[in-house]
Amino acid sequence: MIEARDLVVRYGAATALDGVSLSVRAGEMVALIGANGAGKTTLVNTVCGILRPAAGELATTGRLALVPEGRHLFGPLTVDDNLRLGAWRDRTGRDTGHIYDLLPELVPLRKQAAGRLSGGQQQMVALGRALMARPDVLVIDEMSLGLAPRVVEHLAAHLRERNAEGLAVLLIEQNARLALDLCARAYVLEAGRVVAEGPSAELAGSPEVAAAYLGLES
Amino acid sequence: MGELAQYLVTGVGLGCAYALTGSGLVVIYRVTRVVNFAQGSFAVLAALCVTTVLAAGLPHGVAEGLGVLLAAVVGLLVGLVATGKPGTTPQAALIVTLGLGVFAYAVEILFWGDQPRSFPGLGGAIGGVQIHYLLIIAVTAVVLGAVALLFARTDLGRALTATAADPYAARAVGIDVVRMGLFAFAVGGALGGLAGVLITPVQQVSFDSDVALVVNGFSAAILGNLTRPGLTLAGGLLLGVVSALVGGYLSTAYQSDVALVFMLVVLIARAGRRDVVEAA
Ligand SMILES: Nc1ncnc2c1ncn2[C@@H]1O[C@H](COP(=O)(O)OP(=O)(O)O)[C@@H](O)[C@H]1O
Ligand SMILES: [Mg+2]
Repeated sequence: MIEARDLVVRYGAATALDGVSLSVRAGEMVALIGANGAGKTTLVNTVCGILRPAAGELATTGRLALVPEGRHLFGPLTVDDNLRLGAWRDRTGRDTGHIYDLLPELVPLRKQAAGRLSGGQQQMVALGRALMARPDVLVIDEMSLGLAPRVVEHLAAHLRERNAEGLAVLLIEQNARLALDLCARAYVLEAGRVVAEGPSAELAGSPEVAAAYLGLES
Repeated sequence: MGELAQYLVTGVGLGCAYALTGSGLVVIYRVTRVVNFAQGSFAVLAALCVTTVLAAGLPHGVAEGLGVLLAAVVGLLVGLVATGKPGTTPQAALIVTLGLGVFAYAVEILFWGDQPRSFPGLGGAIGGVQIHYLLIIAVTAVVLGAVALLFARTDLGRALTATAADPYAARAVGIDVVRMGLFAFAVGGALGGLAGVLITPVQQVSFDSDVALVVNGFSAAILGNLTRPGLTLAGGLLLGVVSALVGGYLSTAYQSDVALVFMLVVLIARAGRRDVVEAA
């Protein structure tokens, strides 16, 4: 689905990614954790084709959809119009009905302007908009940021369900506990480099990761 | 027909041209955040082109259509030059459109000279009203209605709005934001061209006619913050009618001041409201 090898991405003279390799296979749920400024969003934007790598190889297969950091809904448009545009690439697949089946909490909001919704509602719309593309792999940048725990739990449940149906997920999180809990495998990014990777259980058990990202004293 | 009624009809006709010009500005601004100061040139180029095409023997209707098409293509080119380079800010693009407007003068004088030109519109009159004014009003109503439907009811319109609202998210869902911007420039060009083609039979056109059109069109558009088509139409009609009344009862010398006074009033009213917001 996603196969990145030795990616280098620069903003002018500043190197944001310095030889990052990462893979997400079909049906997998993978976490990418790391502190603010580590380069997570840069990696996401590169994988989605919004940024061009200066070096390295990137191959993606299947359809990829993004839930961007900060939601980035189309504020003046209604929830339903936001959903429709999620399928912009697919002229014939713009019927929104199946999204309301998956995310029934959006039904009462469908005619409301997306910009006026609460953060949790917006994240749900952003998820719906991404699912409209009928993706094979979903990239979610900072799913839980600024949301109440109850809302996060709700979103996580939706993700588990979609993943159980075969959707691959790359989950970017600062909340490492949540990410390691949801995903089987994880990468830890620090200052543009992958400093640790492996099964979530192993990472959670390693003293360095636990100290740096889980707020536990080793 | 009475004098007043005559001025009102003339004013509404003129106002339609302002509204079309202003709507072109709005379409371009909404999608690209660029204020297109070459907007008046679209009207002049289209009208001058029609004089040539008619002289070459093509029939009415076809000639006007070609004029509007030319304006759309020129709009696309202006968009390409002003925004085609990645990373151009809207402010820089605005300066480019200003320069292109001046460049258009050179082209127009070179091909058509500096004397005013005109061509006949729909002949005849009903109850003292030139039928051509009714044509201007009808075409403007239909075209602005169609543009409103495009934005409100079609996925293309939603994508145009999305591009303006959040270019990053637009790209993330696969919308080609540069293409959307160019499309907006082409629509803006066509609307400007239509203004020129419609108004020229009742008001001669020369290379510098763009100034009155763009000043009035811009004034109409800022009534709606450069983003609201309905208010732009209202502003255009108001400006047209007031200009016609001022020209008829006072002096045509004051006509060009109407838009400037109007703009000043809108800006002061808006500044006043901002003060209230800040004080609160
Ligand atoms: N558009 C940009 N221009 C210049 N530097 C940027 C830009 N975006 C991010 N950076 C820098 O790149 C680094 C990685 O940022 P980012 O990918 O947003 O990290 P994260 O998502 O992990 O918080 C940071 O040092 C940040 O300041
Ligand atoms: Mg980030």
